[in-house]
Amino acid sequence: METKKTNQIEKLETGIAGFDFISNGGLPKSRVTLISGSAGSAKTIFAAQFLVEGIRQAGEGGVFITLEESPEDIRKNMAGFGWDIEGWERDDKWAFVDASFQPGEEMTVTGSYDFGALLARIEHAVLKVDAKRVVIDSMGAIFTRIADAITVRHELFRITQALKRMDVTAVLTAECAEDYGEISRYGVEEFVADNVMILRNVLEEEKRRRTIEILKFRGTSHQKGEFPFTVLSGEGIIVIPLAEAQLEQKSSNIRITSGNQELDELCGGGFFRDSIILVSGATGTGKTLMTAEFITGGVKHHESCLLFAFEESREQLVRNARGWGMNFEQMEQDGKLKVVCVYPETIGLEDHLVRMKREIKEFKPNRVAVDSLSALERGSTIKGFREFVISLTSFIKHEEIAGLFTATTASLMGGTSITETHISTITDSIILLRYVEVLGEMKRGLTVLKMRGSMHNKDIREFNIDHGGMHIGHPFRNVSGILAGNPQHLAPGELDRLRDLFSES
Amino acid sequence: MNKPLLQLYITGLTPRSERAIANLKQICEEELRGRCEMVIIDVLERPQLAEDERILVTPTLIRPLPLPPRRVIGDLSDRRKVLLELDLLSFIKPEN
Repeated sequence: METKKTNQIEKLETGIAGFDFISNGGLPKSRVTLISGSAGSAKTIFAAQFLVEGIRQAGEGGVFITLEESPEDIRKNMAGFGWDIEGWERDDKWAFVDASFQPGEEMTVTGSYDFGALLARIEHAVLKVDAKRVVIDSMGAIFTRIADAITVRHELFRITQALKRMDVTAVLTAECAEDYGEISRYGVEEFVADNVMILRNVLEEEKRRRTIEILKFRGTSHQKGEFPFTVLSGEGIIVIPLAEAQLEQKSSNIRITSGNQELDELCGGGFFRDSIILVSGATGTGKTLMTAEFITGGVKHHESCLLFAFEESREQLVRNARGWGMNFEQMEQDGKLKVVCVYPETIGLEDHLVRMKREIKEFKPNRVAVDSLSALERGSTIKGFREFVISLTSFIKHEEIAGLFTATTASLMGGTSITETHISTITDSIILLRYVEVLGEMKRGLTVLKMRGSMHNKDIREFNIDHGGMHIGHPFRNVSGILAGNPQHLAPGELDRLRDLFSES
Repeated sequence: MNKPLLQLYITGLTPRSERAIANLKQICEEELRGRCEMVIIDVLERPQLAEDERILVTPTLIRPLPLPPRRVIGDLSDRRKVLLELDLLSFIKPEN
């Protein structure tokens, strides 16, 4: 049988973290892609990184045609990402075509002209470094220098056609005035309309949020919608696909201990190994204790644990754990535990996510605990937070490890937290910790609200905390309305009367 | 120093390039009375030179000396602009 020749458009893997996933394999090969974005939306970084990853990962040469910044500025600006452009230029892997504006180069027009020289220089540079990737940054700059927009547009069209002929994959950047508006000034998209991407840097509730959206790839597929991304020094752009695993996670029936025997019994024999557990409660109800027990229980079973603490310092944590009879320092020395303490406000949520994923990948724990998610929520928008949680949980599940998150409720006596409402559908198990006022005394109550894939005990149990940790006792038999945050004490006599109501004798 | 050097950058011998060359020759002969030195550089043959001189469009005419260098673009059919922008008339004044 004859082999069928497919005319499908090939993709070129960019090597930019996360981008190849949302683009279903990279940029359309041997084609031109327009990247549009407002000022400060990281267009130049994306463009430069496209070349960098080509050199690093595929050994492909790259040509950077700069119409705006001088090569010297670009070399300097990109050095912060650890990109040694000068070195690559020496090795003939990277070539600049410098078409940036310099004073004294005002163009007085004395007749008709074309961009033949620029094109010749581009061709020369492509041949020189045997380029597979070409970047033009940024298109708008040339329009500001040459008044004759019609000629410029015509000539740029000629250049993009020539790039296709040279069999290079090209990225063109163009500036747009607004994040959500026309794709570009000067209508550049009219002649490079095959593939269009938009980078955004939107101000949302006083926070900057970067997103990338592929608007269209003519003739080939891509993920739709906006995806958050972050720019890290030393690395560059990292795109965050919301759920790489897309609910394909295997789920196991293997049970693991919660670190507390009574709680294990309430859950019907412990947590599932690759499940996400949410512990919700007001401040001081024992969430951190439950986290500590979760960790200690894991370490006792020779599992390694990773704890992200966003509320307390390492010293506080170690001291508190010691108070419950747990030695975190020893566990860390044995390599069974790693405690990562970060102030939630120091960096953005996307950066937190990237760092947490990295810690998990490096430490390879069996259990991950986050105390607390609510602390992270403080510094983010609702949308951003939800994306963060989805992305983190899908990653944890994909790694097939157990995750325990804590969430702080606003009111002491009950109610739900915002965190909870966002993520309760994502988590497999939910444990509520509540204060219960009984006859002028504050007691603590615990209930397993949800246990996906298993039966569990529905009691609301009283528990107390001492130097040995958490001790779960009897159900609250004569109090009702605990979860509603309005405990009502029922007289024992009433209970007996109710029981008698249904008894046969 | 009253024989200005004029460097004309072209991209191949296109009709536009030929027009620019013809216009430059005319300017040289008619306005400067032959007192000029013309160099024609084809970018296709010397791309590195175009890179070094940062030539973006062709035709480009450069008068490198005296400093600061001056340049105009286009096929030079607007003779007055060429003379004015490159300050060429100052080269023939001392003769009178």
